[in-house]
Amino acid sequence: MQHFVQLFRSIDATTSSNAKIDALVEYFRAAAPADAAWAVYFLSGKRLKRFITSRDLQLWARQLTGLPEWLFAECYSSVGDTAETVALLVGNEQTGDSSLSLQQWLENRILPLRQLEKAQQAQAVKGWWQQLSITECFVLNKMLTGAFRVGVAKTMVYKALAQVTGLPQAVIAHRFIGDWQPSADFYRLAVDPEQRRSDSAKPYPFYLAYPLELDPDHPDSVTTGNQLENRLGPTDHWLAEWKWDGIRGQMLHHQSGVYLWSRGEDVITHQFPELAEAATQLPQGVVLDGEILCWREGRPEPFSALQKRLGRKRPSARFLRQYPAVFMAYDLLEYGHLNQRNQLLAQRKQLLATVLDGLSQPSVFRQSPPVAFDSWPMLEQLRQSARHYGVEGLMLKRLDSPYLSGRKKGDWWKYKVDPYTLDAVLLYAQPGSGRRASLYTDYTFGVWQDDELVPVAKAYSGLSDKAINRVDNWIRKNTVERFGPVRSVRPELVFELAFENIAPSPRHKSRLALRFPRIKRWREDKTSREADSLTMLEHLLAEKANGVSPLPAASGRIASPDQD
Amino acid sequence: MVNHTVDSTGVRSVSSSLSDSLLVNSPHGLYCPPGDFYIDPIKPVDRAIITHGHSDHARPGMGHYYCSANSAPLLAHRLGKDISVTPLDYGTVSDFRGVRVSLHPAGHIRGSAQVRVEHDHQCWVVTGDFKRCADPTAEPFEVVECDVLITEATFAVPIYRWRSGEAVAAEIMDWWRGNQATGTTSLLFCYSLGKAQRLLAELGRYTQKTVYAHGAVMPLYRIYQQQGVTMLSTESTVDLPRDHDYSDALVLAPPSAHRSSWMKRFKRVSTGFASGWMQVRGARRRRGYHRGFVLSDHADWPGLIHTVRQTGARQVYTTHGHNEVLARYLREQDIAAAPLSALHQQPASD
Repeated sequence: MQHFVQLFRSIDATTSSNAKIDALVEYFRAAAPADAAWAVYFLSGKRLKRFITSRDLQLWARQLTGLPEWLFAECYSSVGDTAETVALLVGNEQTGDSSLSLQQWLENRILPLRQLEKAQQAQAVKGWWQQLSITECFVLNKMLTGAFRVGVAKTMVYKALAQVTGLPQAVIAHRFIGDWQPSADFYRLAVDPEQRRSDSAKPYPFYLAYPLELDPDHPDSVTTGNQLENRLGPTDHWLAEWKWDGIRGQMLHHQSGVYLWSRGEDVITHQFPELAEAATQLPQGVVLDGEILCWREGRPEPFSALQKRLGRKRPSARFLRQYPAVFMAYDLLEYGHLNQRNQLLAQRKQLLATVLDGLSQPSVFRQSPPVAFDSWPMLEQLRQSARHYGVEGLMLKRLDSPYLSGRKKGDWWKYKVDPYTLDAVLLYAQPGSGRRASLYTDYTFGVWQDDELVPVAKAYSGLSDKAINRVDNWIRKNTVERFGPVRSVRPELVFELAFENIAPSPRHKSRLALRFPRIKRWREDKTSREADSLTMLEHLLAEKANGVSPLPAASGRIASPDQD
Repeated sequence: MVNHTVDSTGVRSVSSSLSDSLLVNSPHGLYCPPGDFYIDPIKPVDRAIITHGHSDHARPGMGHYYCSANSAPLLAHRLGKDISVTPLDYGTVSDFRGVRVSLHPAGHIRGSAQVRVEHDHQCWVVTGDFKRCADPTAEPFEVVECDVLITEATFAVPIYRWRSGEAVAAEIMDWWRGNQATGTTSLLFCYSLGKAQRLLAELGRYTQKTVYAHGAVMPLYRIYQQQGVTMLSTESTVDLPRDHDYSDALVLAPPSAHRSSWMKRFKRVSTGFASGWMQVRGARRRRGYHRGFVLSDHADWPGLIHTVRQTGARQVYTTHGHNEVLARYLREQDIAAAPLSALHQQPASD
């Protein structure tokens, strides 16, 4: 494990992406294939099926050190990460590194823990801790509990492997996507430049769009027809589509079967049996990219309906009728077993139409319709009204764009509706985790209900480091009460929060839940009395409950790209 | 001997009448009523006993300063040559209106002192900032037995356990050598009084190369030098042309110089910070340094607990940092302890 720990140290010791990639390249050049396979596995964000929890680690560390629970909690609030807290408490000054490789650690030690009773697991892990340095304990704890987030993006790992193998990064990304078991054989095949056959059960890396900046105070803001014109040029190079509020997915139909993949690289075929069944009607050797939505009476259902579907591994027939799903196809990535991603978008869309037209109607496969617009100001109008149609905004795609991989600027943009906003009062604060451990950065906000402030949202981000420090300072000086790590503060600071959506929620005191709340700005000009009321939010909720309008008719035709 | 009673919270402990409390909190800072002097006062007073030269302990505007002999030149440098100072030798008892006062090494930085205060059969010790790890630049900590201990608690959480300065210096050498190999300047941030000199002494075990330093470090370096502390030879960046080649150099600078225009003179840099706070990854990443070196001039958790026990104190007050954590832990070990804020408040007299 010492080489992997060394790699972790090198990555951890720099903020430069290039230096991290250099460290990865150096590691992969020297590593045995089986070790390299495990390293890719962890660094690309995969985790062992969890059989040891943070609670276990905490308990065992307390048993080993004799610390009372409250004192462990104090340690945690200074660190913000259980694996690291435990490592700092139990790790030794000197490395007691054994000569075991990463693969041996995993396969001879860690994985066999699954077969053991808790007490035996505890004994084994405590024994290892007593042999290892603080950093080694940290790496071990991260592997045990999963979530090995150490400042390496998956793309950096792929970039490094591309450098080591000479293969294009997209090929590497495709070979390591989805579910795979780390082994020497798997790794050898995955990095073999001669290897041509790709695994037909795997999705292509998703192409993701950058958002256009909507904050009018931002120098790159794009919120007017003129700004759109300046940024994107003539309208006839562009296709507009609705940005559906579901989850991105890829549907694959191959000889080996039908596979539905989420963008999070999970197979969700079983959660959507009606989509899977309909996909068998697609020609073989086809991969579609699209949005999975719940759909009823010609319009999308709120995201909360889809969430229910995602939660059911084996939905009943009744459940399927209650929350019917569709696959709103955006793009065609493979046709006739051939990769289509280098074709122009307009051509891919034509082919997609042909494929979908071949299905018996009505079908759960729909083509995401183009949104007709003659001018940028008209498009801006459409964005403003998008919320009425139950969509998140618009997507803008160059008609001559290839299907790239990952988040790239230039050809695809998302053009979202403006978020909802409200002014709320800071009520509680607790320390953040990771980079923000020991600073008060996690806040609970409330709005007025008569003379009382009712909590409505928690938000974690959105302030500059400087503002965070100032608010942290204020919190320490204005604490009313402490409940463990949480402090209640004088209800004086007002923040403008942005949020994407609102839904009823019987679990909360306010009876409603905000989706993706974040801090937009600190309203130092406002007093808490000027904050919003619960009534305002209830009105918003009622407005939404009155239903979304039907979508405007699609133009039905996609213009050919202008190729002069 | 004072009657030490402890209630369930440990808050009110040394018996409750003001006249019995040898030290009290006052608006000006920690005060000794029978001796009429303050220890590290926060506002101007007539007589101030100063534990050490850091600016949160040695403040300007005092009528008269008392400090250790080795601390006096540091105070004069920081507060002005015209201050009135009486240097006191470690271990020598001075009389303040019948109160016996002596200073004892605290091991924090050069000249740092604990203050022992004895009167009417009570003995109190104020540790000031202290550490137990060996430090070639500071007089080693001396255990002083007492009835009541006022201890610092900056790093009073069990995650803080220090390695020796020698071991940390070896890590810094590895980093420096690695940077030299790629023509990268090693920019090591550290407090200019104490930490910088300790680093220059510890690194002397491994190299004889000249080190460079930000202008703020130099006068303090010279004071240490005059007191016979052996350190690597050090040159000020102020004395060198702006285009001087630092590509294989180690440069020390105070944290305030991080991301300042002073940094423009270096081409490729790797930045490091030497501090106890670097024990935690999040703290390092938040500050934006490439490397963190865990080197502190404060006592770590085991050092604090060990020290409290060694003094034999029956009542402990804790101050700075995690003072509540330390007090609660000590109470659970059956040692009467409370945050210093629980000590008697003397109302403002003026």
